[in-house]
Amino acid sequence: MDFMGYRRANGKAGVRNHVLVIPSVVCSQGATEAITRNLKGAAYLANVFGCAQVGADRAQTKRTLVGFGTNPNVFAVLVVGNGCENLPAKEIAEAIVPSGKRVEFIEIQDVGGTKKTIARGRKIVKEMLAEAATQQREAIPLSELILATECGGSDYTSGLASNPALGAASDLVVEARGTVILSETTELIGAEHLLARRARTPEIGKQVLDLIAWWEKEAIATGQDIRGANPAPGNIAGGITTIEEKSLGCIYKGGTTTLEEVVQYAFPPTKKGLVLMDTPGHDVDQITGMMAGGAQLAVFTTGRGTPTGSPIAPVIKISGNAETCRKMKDNIDLDVSQIIKGKETVKEAGKRVLEEVIAVASGKLTKAEKLGQRDFCIFKIGLNF
Amino acid sequence: MAGKSKAILINEKDNVATAIVALTAGSTVSLDALGRKEKIKLLSSISMGHKFALRPIAKGEDVIKYGECIGQTTAAIARGEHVHVHNVVSHRGRKEGA
Repeated sequence: MDFMGYRRANGKAGVRNHVLVIPSVVCSQGATEAITRNLKGAAYLANVFGCAQVGADRAQTKRTLVGFGTNPNVFAVLVVGNGCENLPAKEIAEAIVPSGKRVEFIEIQDVGGTKKTIARGRKIVKEMLAEAATQQREAIPLSELILATECGGSDYTSGLASNPALGAASDLVVEARGTVILSETTELIGAEHLLARRARTPEIGKQVLDLIAWWEKEAIATGQDIRGANPAPGNIAGGITTIEEKSLGCIYKGGTTTLEEVVQYAFPPTKKGLVLMDTPGHDVDQITGMMAGGAQLAVFTTGRGTPTGSPIAPVIKISGNAETCRKMKDNIDLDVSQIIKGKETVKEAGKRVLEEVIAVASGKLTKAEKLGQRDFCIFKIGLNF
Repeated sequence: MAGKSKAILINEKDNVATAIVALTAGSTVSLDALGRKEKIKLLSSISMGHKFALRPIAKGEDVIKYGECIGQTTAAIARGEHVHVHNVVSHRGRKEGA
């Protein structure tokens, strides 16, 4: 099974052909937005960090920004810094160079102000876009796809229809030797024993249990009640009572195959098959982590409806809630509500999800792309100093 | 999955079922799934997507959905009664009393 993608210099395959402008620091975010404005095919990241960060927190911000630059959906990269930040534009650009794509960097202090930076940046990006336009799609085996899975705005239909349908599609991707990333560790609380049991080795199973234990300990250490945050008020209104109930519905997304690996936030999987990435349940934090880890495409299930997209990757929305599919037609790509009515099997719906994945990987635009949803949020793990 | 039934039973171990349409108190739901055929008289109105008890559940007992524990009851729940945050609590990821 193939999709029509873009072969990159380092041998990886992309499903989009973006020119990406990365602000190394929040101070240059405004300039990057202006640089990409009205330039079709150019995207920027709404990065609000990049300065006054230390240790693992700084490393995570850097890894995420570099991961976006390296992602095969990106043809070329311009990094824009201010000039005095502790995560310099040059450092990010240099870390993207090994991916073999064109990478440039400029700094506002060096160029001489915002207006000149925007003009210089637009000139570089226009050149990159002209080069990108010469790229042709070619047949790429599904085994090269890294599929990000996500659920958000869950309700009772998520665990009954959309997550099982995505799970059936995940199994088909794994069967074709592709990679599927399951994430949102907090939403495994109560279902971890089921996932740990499917791990390739006892060590991987233990990693799953240790991660959940860590998140649960952190939640308890806040002294607060996570029930206000997870399940969210909308989840509860939609019939989900507890985090365990949400989690048990949630893990269907990953299908039924063996768990091959656990990776930390924004790290690329090193194994094919089903992989768990440690992320929070926060939708945009997690999609950002998976794209930084090299995922080219996401399937996002929702019950109540959500608009989330990514600056560099298509995000396919599927819902098992017929009312949401009707009310949020702008946002939902695929309706799997017939499963609940008993008129479509999970397996049949899973096949439709895979067909949509291949069509979108080959160039079909998702609703989130048409709406220009470019959500970006790094999972912050330390204080700004 | 549900056929013509107005509620879904996911796993044979479950002690709750999920309403797939809004159901009113006093009405009877027929369930015919996973080899279980029963009629349940609803004691509460059940919103679409919400759960009701298939059998009496004692205070402190596990609530089972997807064949797994999703929390414990905080009060005795009668057959046909609404099962949700008012009578079920999760003990995961939080300190008691927080």
